[in-house]
Amino acid sequence: MSKITINIDGKEIQTQEGEYILNAARANNIFIPAICYLTRCSPTLACRLCLVEADGKQVYACNAKSKEGMSVVTTSENIAKERRAIMEVYDVNHPLQCGVCDQSGECELQNYTLEMGVDAQNYAIKDVNRKDKDWGHIHYNPGLCIVCERCVTTCKDMIGDNALKTVARGADAIEAEFKDTMPKDAYAMWNKLNKSLIGLTSGEEMLDCTSCGECAAVCPVGALVDTHFIYSSNAWELKQIPATCGHCSAGCQISYDVKHTSIDNTNEKIYRVMNEWNYVALCGAGRYGFDYQNEVKAKDEAAFKRAIEAFKKADTIKFTSTITNEEAYLLQSLKEKFGYKLVNSEAKALQTFLNDYSEISGTKLYGYDLEATHNANFVISVGAALKSDNPNARYALNNSMTVNKGAGLYFHPLKDPVIEGLGKSIMTMYHAPLQEEVVLYLILDLFADKTKLPSDIVEYLATFHSQKTITVEEIIKEEITEIVKVMKKNEESGEEEEVEEEKKKMVPKKISKEVEVDDNRLLAILGADDKFMEDLEKNLAKKDTFALMAGADLYTHPNAKNLARLLALIEKYSAFEITVIPTLTNSLGVALICELDEKQGSYTIGYNTKGDFTLSALGNGDLDMPAMNQQEGTLTSINKRVNPTNAAIGYNGYELNDIANALGFNAENVIDYTPMLPSNKGFKVQKFDNLPNHYENDGTECRGYLLDNVAVATSGDESVAAFSEGKLEGTLIYLANPVRQFSDFTNKATNLDEVSGVYMSEEFLSKSELNEGDSVRVKNENGEIVAKIVSDNKISGDIVLLPTFDSKINSEALFSTYRFATASIERV
Amino acid sequence: MHIEHIDEHFNNRNVTELDSNYYLVGIEDYPSDNWGRFKRVVKRSLRGELFVGLWVVMREMIRFDIHTVQYPEEKMPIGPRYRAIHQMKRLWESDTERCIGCGLCEKICISNCIRIDTKLDVNSRKEVSEYSINLGRCIFCGYCAEVCPELAITHGGEYENASDQREHFTMYQDMLTPLDMMRAGTQVEFEGFGSITPHEDERVKKTPLAY
Repeated sequence: MSKITINIDGKEIQTQEGEYILNAARANNIFIPAICYLTRCSPTLACRLCLVEADGKQVYACNAKSKEGMSVVTTSENIAKERRAIMEVYDVNHPLQCGVCDQSGECELQNYTLEMGVDAQNYAIKDVNRKDKDWGHIHYNPGLCIVCERCVTTCKDMIGDNALKTVARGADAIEAEFKDTMPKDAYAMWNKLNKSLIGLTSGEEMLDCTSCGECAAVCPVGALVDTHFIYSSNAWELKQIPATCGHCSAGCQISYDVKHTSIDNTNEKIYRVMNEWNYVALCGAGRYGFDYQNEVKAKDEAAFKRAIEAFKKADTIKFTSTITNEEAYLLQSLKEKFGYKLVNSEAKALQTFLNDYSEISGTKLYGYDLEATHNANFVISVGAALKSDNPNARYALNNSMTVNKGAGLYFHPLKDPVIEGLGKSIMTMYHAPLQEEVVLYLILDLFADKTKLPSDIVEYLATFHSQKTITVEEIIKEEITEIVKVMKKNEESGEEEEVEEEKKKMVPKKISKEVEVDDNRLLAILGADDKFMEDLEKNLAKKDTFALMAGADLYTHPNAKNLARLLALIEKYSAFEITVIPTLTNSLGVALICELDEKQGSYTIGYNTKGDFTLSALGNGDLDMPAMNQQEGTLTSINKRVNPTNAAIGYNGYELNDIANALGFNAENVIDYTPMLPSNKGFKVQKFDNLPNHYENDGTECRGYLLDNVAVATSGDESVAAFSEGKLEGTLIYLANPVRQFSDFTNKATNLDEVSGVYMSEEFLSKSELNEGDSVRVKNENGEIVAKIVSDNKISGDIVLLPTFDSKINSEALFSTYRFATASIERV
Repeated sequence: MHIEHIDEHFNNRNVTELDSNYYLVGIEDYPSDNWGRFKRVVKRSLRGELFVGLWVVMREMIRFDIHTVQYPEEKMPIGPRYRAIHQMKRLWESDTERCIGCGLCEKICISNCIRIDTKLDVNSRKEVSEYSINLGRCIFCGYCAEVCPELAITHGGEYENASDQREHFTMYQDMLTPLDMMRAGTQVEFEGFGSITPHEDERVKKTPLAY
């Protein structure tokens, strides 16, 4: 892709070759009206408002690509007429009761109707009965729908659920006279609009998707609204607090929309979460899990005194990664001053993994991020239950396939209908647990440059290859000669008579042939089907950017060290770029900032986790702490970005900084520590108040800053161990959450209604004697838990999912470190 | 016609024109020295203007033709456009409240004294669950009545709003037209800010209907 210059309305602008004119214009602050286009999705061509003249020809700016020297005019007399007619058509039968519409004030139909100066209506058609539909967490009002299909587009191209589609409207045909009297594009657009409405792909009454709510966010009118938000506030009354989502490591840009709770209660309340949906897509947890704040009436001085006593007595601080970088820095400082042990097993695993990875890669951090993965066209995911571990990683995988004509390869033991539903070009391989090593070897084998790869590895890989002879059935065309009788006129006698003639004909024939093919035993070990290589070759055609996402199954694996080294080798010797998915919200920040210990001592302070003295933002501890939506600070995301987040609602209690100050530190606010974050780990000396949190018009992410990927000295040793043959078999349990749940904080949110329990697939339940709602005892050598069965149609296969979002079910008790284990399950 | 006449009258600000209604008031120059000031004091003290005023009072007292309104026993009729305490109107057709909870009054209020809570009601409609006007802050500018798309909030003629709590006057139920008034058909439409002008029908562009 090279830089080119095009001319829009007399302004010379620089853009990429092949960039859509609309995007080029937007990036340079030139306004072209458009409703149906979403920046990171494919053009829909529903609204036709973005009509422009390029080199004298009318084109749609959202799907016309820029060429060197192109001259674009954004409006002409004809285009202005078209646009006004289009807006008039949109206003036909659209109710004028903006006062009772939730979109009023941020409605694109309102805006463009005014922009195009529509003050009279020239078109009319008989309306059809369009009734409101309650789709569960989303409410659809077809009466307001302008069928721009943005919801359908984002669901398909970004989210990958394909839950929405256009359905027939059942309206009368447009009167013929309009065809001649109306502007051409407006008529064509109306013709399409008049035939469709939005409906559910499943044909059911309720939405059954991963419930991200992105469709309602992108809806330009009030047709799709979050059910919880209906009629609760006008958009203009809400104050936007720019923040970073605190639920997973994706670190999505969000804004908490706050307003006073009610007339009687002037305390701020979060009414909804919005995002810059052109540049970031949220998951259900980010969008609906916002009211997890810890409401504290006043400072509890007695509890604070006890906390200080406890800190003086303690030798260990145990914490989760749902903390800010500043708090992590405070904990590290406390460790340096008082010698506490810092215990956080999940961040420790990631830290060790990244350190092992650096030994070969020579950099502190992995090379790629999700933003780049969006733009790749061949994406592999290993060791992550993608849809629940990091929904944005799933969106990246889906987006790369739909928009870049890419393909994907998903390795995981847990069968996942959501991933399979992403499209035809996703290949799934459900290997057995513990086989992640084999997977990485297979990737090395398939994609690494064997001429550069260390020779011992090449030799090791070669041992899995052999030639085998297989019989293939082939259809060939064979020429046969047959004798047919035809009637012919005898030229001498002039009479018709029957003569025999020879005719040649091509006939398809099936033959069996024996061919020598390469047999890759790695595939057999993983249980790949015979067509795997064939499909892969098909999917690999015309691919040039490769991304690999690695998840938490790898860091908790017993041979994590070997896996980390293999991953570094893949990055070094193949075209694949690696993104490591940090386990929890700020696991990466904690792993970089804190020196973590393995074992805890005799007296433990727990921060958001159970300890001898517990500090908790969940409101169930010995001293209350602010939750993430009540805190200022920075969070380190999967994209290696240090994102600022702000307090959306007030907090009246004590925070970690108060404890640190009582123990001899001196900082007015915890954000005073932002510039002190360790620069040798890649952090920058920047004050919190100077950190931006927005996107530019061209999509540039201006949020916080990117971590420097610090170089690390390597020994040059690139040896890796052979994989161990072991794999887990039997009744398997897996430590992972259902979609939309991450931690006790998401569990606390009122709009996320997932029930806690043991998650089993419908397939598994139908095969067993168990039923949804039964209490079961899950037991293995590590421990046992008793919980109710929850039927989950977002998983299939035999693996049982034990969630971590409800700490009342102590799922972790059944696992040593690895996320998979075997267990016995019986009804109680 | 009438308006044009007023326009002409006020627009002629040309004081130098001979036939204009403006004239200069004869004002003596200010004294510049102490002697002059002394003379002015004596002149003003001995002119007896005080007695002129006293005479007028005396004269009117004897005439027994007093125009003073005996408030609060007597009250002057209030103009139909007078902007006193707000009223919430009901629909003539159904007696239900006109307010749809759009919140435009809340938005436009320049003294920020209106607040409105809305929610989804059992019939899937927008319901005003709470409505409050802080009369301590209200400056009776009339914007709320002007912006209201449903002619729901208007001003009324009730100007007696002395109380230990001004909130007493803005109970939503009290502002609403009482139902018996509706039954009697005596709800009075507000003629001030926000009301429909007599020529509204001519100004509106008609939207075609296909059925």
